[in-house]
This record gives sequence, C-alpha cells and structure tokens, in this order.
Amino acid sequence: MNALRRTTSIVAIELWLPLTLVIIWWVVSEYVNSLYFPPLSVIMQSFAENWLNPENAAANLVPSLQVIFFGYALAVIGGIVLGATLGLVRPLERAVRPVVEAMRAVPGVALLPLFIVLFGIDQQMRILLVAYGATWPVLLNTLDGVRGVEPTLLDMSRAFRVGRARRLFGVILKSAGPQIFAGARIALAVTLIIMVVSETVGASGGVGYFLMTAKSEFRIASMWSAMVALGILGYLLNIIFRIAERYILRWHRLQQARLERTS
Amino acid sequence: MSNTASPETPGTSTVIPALEARGLGHSYGARQVLEGIDFSVLPGQFVCIVGPSGVGKTTLLRCLSGLQTATSGELRVLGKVAREPQPGVALVFQDYSRSLMPWSSVLHNITLPLRANGVSRKEAADRAYRALAQVGLADVVGEQYPWQLSGGMQQRVAIARALAYNPTVLLMDEPFASVDAQTRADLEDLVLGLQRRLGLTVTLVTHDIDESVYLSDRIVVLSGSPARVAEVVDVDLGTSRDQILTKSSAEFAALRTHVHGLVRAAAAVSPSTGTARTVVPS
Repeated sequence: MNALRRTTSIVAIELWLPLTLVIIWWVVSEYVNSLYFPPLSVIMQSFAENWLNPENAAANLVPSLQVIFFGYALAVIGGIVLGATLGLVRPLERAVRPVVEAMRAVPGVALLPLFIVLFGIDQQMRILLVAYGATWPVLLNTLDGVRGVEPTLLDMSRAFRVGRARRLFGVILKSAGPQIFAGARIALAVTLIIMVVSETVGASGGVGYFLMTAKSEFRIASMWSAMVALGILGYLLNIIFRIAERYILRWHRLQQARLERTS
Repeated sequence: MSNTASPETPGTSTVIPALEARGLGHSYGARQVLEGIDFSVLPGQFVCIVGPSGVGKTTLLRCLSGLQTATSGELRVLGKVAREPQPGVALVFQDYSRSLMPWSSVLHNITLPLRANGVSRKEAADRAYRALAQVGLADVVGEQYPWQLSGGMQQRVAIARALAYNPTVLLMDEPFASVDAQTRADLEDLVLGLQRRLGLTVTLVTHDIDESVYLSDRIVVLSGSPARVAEVVDVDLGTSRDQILTKSSAEFAALRTHVHGLVRAAAAVSPSTGTARTVVPS
C-alpha cells in the first residue's frame, strides 16, 4: 500500500508538467490559426498514423533504432577501450593528446560529407558516424576516471598480487564507473543528434528522412509528429539508461545519498 | 645519542627469518630516505617499527611489502630475495576508507585477492566468513558495503581481508591511527590475540611509542635523515598483555622511557622532519 502510494506520487511528480504543457498546447493550438502551428489534435492524428501504425512505424523507426543501437554500442565499447588504454599508458596519452583534442573539437555532424564519401550513404555509414561522434565523451570520461583511481587501491591490488585482468576489470574500471556513466549519458544525446542529421541525407527511411520529406512536401502536421516521436524516443532511451545506471551504480547512488545525509 | 645501527648478530640462529632487511636503502631521486637498514623478524614475532613523523617508516614498510623496490641492499622474505610483492605477505593500510573498494560488498572485498590468487569461489567465501568471525564481525556484515560500517569495523574488514589471505607475514602501516582511542585499544588487543592464536608474524609501523611497547616482542627504532636503525629494542613483557596491567607495570614504563629517549634523540637529529617532536632538555 505504502509502496503503491510512493510509486503513484513519483509518477505524479514526473508527469504533471508534461501533462500540463500538453493540455495548454492542445487548447491554445486549437485557436491559433497558423499554417506552421497546426492544432495538436491534428498532429496526434498524424502521429497515430505514422508512428503507431505498425507498418509505417517499422519503416520510419526501425532504421533509426538500428543506427542508435549499433552506433551507441560501438561508441561506448570503443570509448571505454580507448579511454582506458590512454588512461593507463601515460606516454601514449601524452603523445596523442593534441590529436584527440583537435578531433573531438570537430562536431560529429561536420564529418557527414566525409563519411558519405568514405562509406557511401547506407546504414553502415550512419552507424559509423554515430559511433565516431559519441565515442568522445565516453573516451574522455573513461580516461579521467581511470586516472583518478585511488592509489591505495592500486597498491592494495599489487600487494595482494591481483593480476592485470582482474585489476583492470575488478578495480580500475569499477572505480571509473561513475565517470564512464556520465560520459555515456552525454554520448546518448550525441547519438540522437547525429542519427537524425545523418538520416537527412541519402536515407530511405528513419526519423530524419521522414522529417525532411514531410518538410519538403509541406506536411506540417507530419513534421510535428516526428518531433513528438523524437521527444518520446529520447525520453524512453533515458529511462532505459537510468535503469541500467541504477542497477550497475547502485553502490554509488547509495553512497552519495549517505554522504548527503551525514554532511 | 645513538645514531649507529645495531643489527642483531647474524648466524647465531638457524631459524630463517620471516622477514629480513640487509643494508636496505631507498631514495627518491637524489633524496635518500633510508640507508643501511638491518633487522630481521623471526617467525611468530611481533615487531613494531617506530620513529618520528616523516622519518621514512611508511617507505620502509612499502619496501618490506615489495610495493617499492629498495634502491640498495636487499629484502628477504623467508630467506629468499624479494623485489616485488610476495605470496603470503598481506598488508593492512592505515586508511581503511581508501583501501577498501566502495563498490564491492565486504565479502567481495575480502575474496578479491583470494580469487585473484586462484582460490575457488566457494573456498574464498568460506575463508572470508571465517576471517570475519576471527575479527569479531557477524556474517551479515559480508553483504554490506564497507562505507556502511563504522571506522573500527572497516579496519576490522581490512584485517579480515589480510587474514583470509593466509599470510605468513602480516604487514600493517599505522593501522590504528584513524580510529578513536577506545576502538584503537580494542583493535590492538584484537591483533595481538590473532597474532598469538594463529602464530602470525606481524610487522607494524606506528608513531605511537606506547602502542609499540604494548604490542611488540621487538621494536625497531628508526632515526636520522636518511633514516637508519637507531636501536633494536627487545621487549620482554611476556606473551599475555593487558591494556591496564601491562601498561601500568614498571617494565613497561622503563621500556617506554627508553624508546621515548631514542625517538627524541632521533627527532633532534632529523633536520628534515618538520613535524618532529620538540626537544625539551631535562
């Protein structure tokens, strides 16, 4: 009973603002007579047709989800591997730092033309572009986290003759966990941006492609429905991320809560 | 004022020392911290290393543990020359909040070194629970995170981790410096009891002279810069010790005064020790 009430109150806190905004939007848009701001009721009709109807949803959503999933997975794995390598091999880090700084300063989407030339205009190109752009935040955060490992823990590992692999996976990466997650959270936002932009060129499906065709065919309500779909997609991805974080970084959340209580 | 090393006479005993420093020295670049350190720890002995703050006690313990390689002389563990951490040598750090992994349960903190050294999951857990019991912690503590425990309990966990490792030599770096006085006395008695019961060889670094006299069979007093062994003091207070009775005995007072004198003299000749005790001429 108590748990139920708590869940209800959490849901209420999460939802009151979006619901209020939706209601205001709904009411106001009914009375605004603008070509560019169609009534929300019309947008929702378009949304149901393009994003809830299984056939259309498959064509519009599946290519984007592919790009997100594979691109993001590559970015996280690649970022952790590269970041840990650079964090552990100081001379290498010093040698490549200028290159890293320069490369990460170039926005991922700016490389779209280059990636098209290199990899063509299919899904593979989009996955690689997302992987490239989203790797940086994970890489740099992992690098920082790996370097910030408590020296006493490294001494402890050596004194107790803990081997390299266990030291890396059981001590160093675990210790860097909170920072790796912070990087992965930024990478998720980057993933969505690059996914949409990369689909505006040469794609035959996906959210970005849908947005561009709706715009060029002047289907304004459809255009709006795609943005609603993106908002919901981003929200859902964030929830999945938060669940993973709560599970994997449970210790960190509890420890932070304890620190807040005692200070 | 004695600034000369007085190593024990070698060759008189056939017992192989558990730990032996022979002319051991260490320098960080041009700065020589330790020089010509000679002493040995026999199996089953409790040896404390004392000296003024900043004299190089921790550096010496790091050399003994193999975390740092001596830049001159040699370290022998059970008769064999050692240049890196040896199996059977366990270490307890001063700061439990840094030496325990905050992301792991107490149990996993204890089993990680065991698993890393090829102990099966089941046996590692068995040994961990046995060690927890030996340091007076209940099984349920195993599932908690270390930072959910009090400071004294955390240091007990660190000691349990070392015990579960089945050490021949237990090294401790100021292990009771971060806890309150009562907990400190409890932990001293705990370690003393374990050392007697399990026949452990313990080498403990401390800046607390009372603590060193109370715990030791033998005290190694460091002095000077670079630090040398000022004197090795044999402590003949018997095997059973008591916080009140032992500490109020005449022998205890005599030893305490003697070691105090050595450390004071040491502080007086250590120009590099900013935090050294002030010398009050009597």
